Amino acid sequence: MTEKTIDAQFSFKYSARDKNRPDTFSLDIDVSLPMSGVTAIYGHSGSGKTTLLRCIAGLQSFNKKACSEGFIARLQVGGEVWQDQENLLAPHKRSIGYVFQEAGLFPHLTAEQNIQYGIRRISDKPSAEFYSHILSLMGIQALMSRLPDQLSGGERQRVAIARALLIKPKLLLMDEPLASLDSARKEEILPFLESLKEESKVPILYVSHSMEEVSRLADNLVMLEDGKVVAEGRLNEVLSRIDVPLPASEAGMVVEAAVVEKSSRWHLLRAEFSGGEFWLRDSGERLGQSIRLRILARDVSLAKESHDDSSILNRLPVKVLEVGQDTDPAMCLVRLGAGQTRLLSRITRCSAEHLQIKTGQRLWAQIKSVAIVR
Amino acid sequence: MFSEADLAAIGLTLRLATTVTLCLMVIGTPIAWWLARRDSWWRGIVGAVVALPLVLPPTVLGFYFLIAMGPQGWLGELTQFLGLGTLAFTFQGLVVASIFYSLPFVVQPIQNAIEALGERPLEVAATLQAGPWDRFFTVVLPMAKPGFISAAILGFAHTVGEFGLVLMIGGNIPGETQVVSVQIYDHVEALDYTHAHSLSGVMVVFSFAVLLALSVYQRKFAKSRIGYGI
Repeated sequence: MTEKTIDAQFSFKYSARDKNRPDTFSLDIDVSLPMSGVTAIYGHSGSGKTTLLRCIAGLQSFNKKACSEGFIARLQVGGEVWQDQENLLAPHKRSIGYVFQEAGLFPHLTAEQNIQYGIRRISDKPSAEFYSHILSLMGIQALMSRLPDQLSGGERQRVAIARALLIKPKLLLMDEPLASLDSARKEEILPFLESLKEESKVPILYVSHSMEEVSRLADNLVMLEDGKVVAEGRLNEVLSRIDVPLPASEAGMVVEAAVVEKSSRWHLLRAEFSGGEFWLRDSGERLGQSIRLRILARDVSLAKESHDDSSILNRLPVKVLEVGQDTDPAMCLVRLGAGQTRLLSRITRCSAEHLQIKTGQRLWAQIKSVAIVR
Repeated sequence: MFSEADLAAIGLTLRLATTVTLCLMVIGTPIAWWLARRDSWWRGIVGAVVALPLVLPPTVLGFYFLIAMGPQGWLGELTQFLGLGTLAFTFQGLVVASIFYSLPFVVQPIQNAIEALGERPLEVAATLQAGPWDRFFTVVLPMAKPGFISAAILGFAHTVGEFGLVLMIGGNIPGETQVVSVQIYDHVEALDYTHAHSLSGVMVVFSFAVLLALSVYQRKFAKSRIGYGI
């Protein structure tokens, strides 16, 4: 309940108007999210992540009619009550920017008029510098006189993001802004989002069902399942929890590292992190650049000794911190510590028994693949 | 070609249709808005009442209006109380009845356009700090413009074409309630086919032109129509 958090406590049953979806859906939320950096709200479709975002925006209200018995309702953002039992702040009075899945540009207005639509309605206008800064950040200066149907999907989404940013919101809400784009368009937009994260001070709530996007962008993570929060916290803290297993294709950790050496002979670079170093394929990173790596649990295998006679380049001495169940009965998840860094390894239960893996044991982790996500 | 009375009838018809269309846009828009966006069981009832003139013979409507507008009718008592006299056989009475009679032709195109618009553009506008009225004038009106234009054209044309209702509650008072359709009826009754021909010809040309203009407009719009959500 401080200046720096979004406090949301509400539970309600919601009847979907959409005939294709189950008629009732319940959301039961009690979280306090930081008002800084990027907080990803991750979950499968139907987990309630979009509904949560819409409640924060006020596009959906958890009013008494929509509430189940004995509900509690409170939404407070940065010390300001947006909704509780007595009060309801209309969406147009909340200081938010909202980026919808499909850009949602007004088709009868040009890109510039779309952006001006928001600016005209706020009292604290953006300065000319901020205005041109955001346009160049999103790379849309040349598109301003075009109508939305003359823009590509990615360009429309960038205009929509600029439009949301330029009303200088206290909070930027993004509802799967990349989900409606193909993978080439996603790759086009992600760098813009990354520089947005670096350069803009506005806190972002980012709804996504893609762990890849989450790994690239998020500082904090909220995981939703069936309308309930199953885990929340710093990205790596949540990812390393083996009691909330992700699907095999998604389970993994994110490691912050710095480029310390480049080998032109092998086209590799050496990245140092707290707890060790990796040799990675050089894709043009600068020396000294800080990078974010993603290591999937299925790409980490374990051995009792360091094997020099393998093709695997990256081997780390690690300590077993915890062994947990996987959704697959044949597999288990092992949480490992390498210095301050945490890794996950997904191995068969058979191997775990063969290696007699237990907490505190020292092993070698062999990492088959490391992706530079940023 | 046209007698003095014919020209007066044409002028009166245009004045009636213009007045009714303007009133209908103001009255019909909130009704269409409500019908398009509320999902209560009331919606069926209101929708059916609005659509009644589509199926009822105009004489039935005219009969009830005549009774309501008479000195003992509820509408008559109201207008007398307000010092307006009674509405039957007056231009104002014709306007009131025509509004009801042409209502579905205005409400339905607007309702369809608002329904087609969906919730999303309004949500986008709300997140850009636009209040409810602001959203209506800056988003709904421009985006649903074709629906509003169709509604105005249909409302106007339908009012020009009414006959039975006018005869029932307006009578046939030159310059007050004698519109073109009634005037044609008079000419035919008097076996004055020459004048009936010229007025009828005007009506056919007018109606055809209106429908042609409407379809050309809708086709042009359909081509340039950019679906929302892009």
